[in-house]
Amino acid sequence: MKSLAITIESVHKAYGSYVALDDVSLDIQAGEFLTLLGPSGSGKTTLLMALAGFVRPDSGKLFLGDRDITRLPPNKRDIGIVFQNYALFPHMNVLANVAYPLVLRKVPRAEARQRALDTLARVKLDGLAERNIAALSGGQRQRVALARAIVFEPRVMLMDEPLSALDKNLRETMQYEIRRLHDHLRITTIYVTHDQREALIMSDRIAVMNSGRIQQIDTPQRIYDRPSTRFVAEFMGEANIVAPGSARRIDGAEASHETLMIRAESFHLDAKLVGGDGVALEGILRTKAFRGENWLLTLALDGGQEVLVCIPAALAGGCAELAAGQRMTAYAPAAKVHAIPGATA
Amino acid sequence: MLEAYPQNRLARILLWSFAALVMAFLMLPTLVVVPLSFSASNLLEFPPHAYSLRWYENFFGSATWMAALRTSLILGTLTALIAVPFALLACISMNRLGGKTAAAIQSVLLTPSITPGILLAIGLFFVLAAQHLIGTLLGVLVGHVVLAVPVACIVLLPALARFDWNQVQAARSLGANWARAIGGIIVPQLRISLLSATLMAFLTSLDESVISIFIASGRNSTMPKLMFLSLRDQIDPTIAAISTLWTVIVVAVVLIVTLRQKS
Repeated sequence: MKSLAITIESVHKAYGSYVALDDVSLDIQAGEFLTLLGPSGSGKTTLLMALAGFVRPDSGKLFLGDRDITRLPPNKRDIGIVFQNYALFPHMNVLANVAYPLVLRKVPRAEARQRALDTLARVKLDGLAERNIAALSGGQRQRVALARAIVFEPRVMLMDEPLSALDKNLRETMQYEIRRLHDHLRITTIYVTHDQREALIMSDRIAVMNSGRIQQIDTPQRIYDRPSTRFVAEFMGEANIVAPGSARRIDGAEASHETLMIRAESFHLDAKLVGGDGVALEGILRTKAFRGENWLLTLALDGGQEVLVCIPAALAGGCAELAAGQRMTAYAPAAKVHAIPGATA
Repeated sequence: MLEAYPQNRLARILLWSFAALVMAFLMLPTLVVVPLSFSASNLLEFPPHAYSLRWYENFFGSATWMAALRTSLILGTLTALIAVPFALLACISMNRLGGKTAAAIQSVLLTPSITPGILLAIGLFFVLAAQHLIGTLLGVLVGHVVLAVPVACIVLLPALARFDWNQVQAARSLGANWARAIGGIIVPQLRISLLSATLMAFLTSLDESVISIFIASGRNSTMPKLMFLSLRDQIDPTIAAISTLWTVIVVAVVLIVTLRQKS
């Protein structure tokens, strides 16, 4: 079955006075891996549930390919979903769980069994087909949920924070495995998470959501380096929002009059490593901490604003000698200095 | 330790004796009819002077009693078969709605269980009279279902509250319509609660006398109605034999169901 594009057209959803989705529009390409990223309450799960058919939008339309699915019941949408708590059926064994969507589609018994077994092998669960759900580890349950959602070759996959219950190591392994599975099957996938690292690692594109709106949608790199709002900048990592006037051009040219975003790891202590079109921030060193792979410095600018500066240990010659209270300058190359229109520091 | 032991043991003996006393108090009124039923006398006398099975013969030989037994078993079965699915669907919707709407529906559904039986019977009498259902089995059945639904709801509501609703959503997304999601996912997992609810609904009907007295005609009297009337009209130990049998049946059903749940 061919995977399909998704179109979300001005979808609005309110619960009483609480607006969960505020005029959300989004185009997802066929075969794309798109992540909805945002804090809890940002509307990302509501949007996912609207696509699944469990939340009916107050207004707006949803399309799968060119078919309007806004009012289609969930069982007719042909969408595979992996739930946060997996939602496996405890009264069925692993094989019966995975074969369930095939049984519903009246696939002959022997074929359903074979396809379920093949899918279990694909998620590396061979040999566990007859196990009870209660006898599985968290990671194995996650794989069963994944197998059950892909076995019927849905045209779209929805995943609602599927890795949040796993420990860190397993989570990282599964991030790569899910992505590899997607590269193999090429099912259009919408993935919900509040973990920005997970979003950066897995996605073709990321849609950052806050208060029911999509703040920005772009590739992971552009979302990280070129955030369009202060919220996106700060949600994606250690971001310094620098007021106009605090930064001067290294070559003495007139500085930008806009609010700038500079990530902590973009700084250098040596002006020679930064071009003349880069910026310099001057201030007093407040604190410094050695974190193994890097040094983290806090710099108090003359305007009073504090800036985080992260220097890789390999390039940190001289960091050890710096003393709190001393005056110092941090430099950032022009490519890493990003103006955020309309933002204030 | 040694000094504390006898004191401790005394407390335990006292506790067990008290518990046994309470149990005996609960059981005695039921058990006292058992010897009466085996009496050879024409009167209810305790303790009996001679023993016989004549009152059991009397019961099984009586067309009236047999008809009433049949009516009660049919009514109980139908009541459970109607009330439990109805209660399950009602509980699912209350569980999904949540909040004040669910609380309002719940209080309406549970009303029959807190209304005095006589009032309910009088009310039902007028409603059923308007539908010309007085004296019919259907009329009594309606009354029993009204009583059994709250009983089944009380069993099913907490069971549904513990149920993970994501499973239903998962089933729906995998292609199940509502009927298949309820039948294939909810029902198998709530089977123990559903069995309890069925049993409770069955016993509610089996045990019900007031509505039966008001609504049922002579032709389709239920066991409790006939027992009540025969106590009023002619006191003989047949009633003790019936009570004993009745108790045995109910205890047997409850025991079987409870033991099956344990295994």
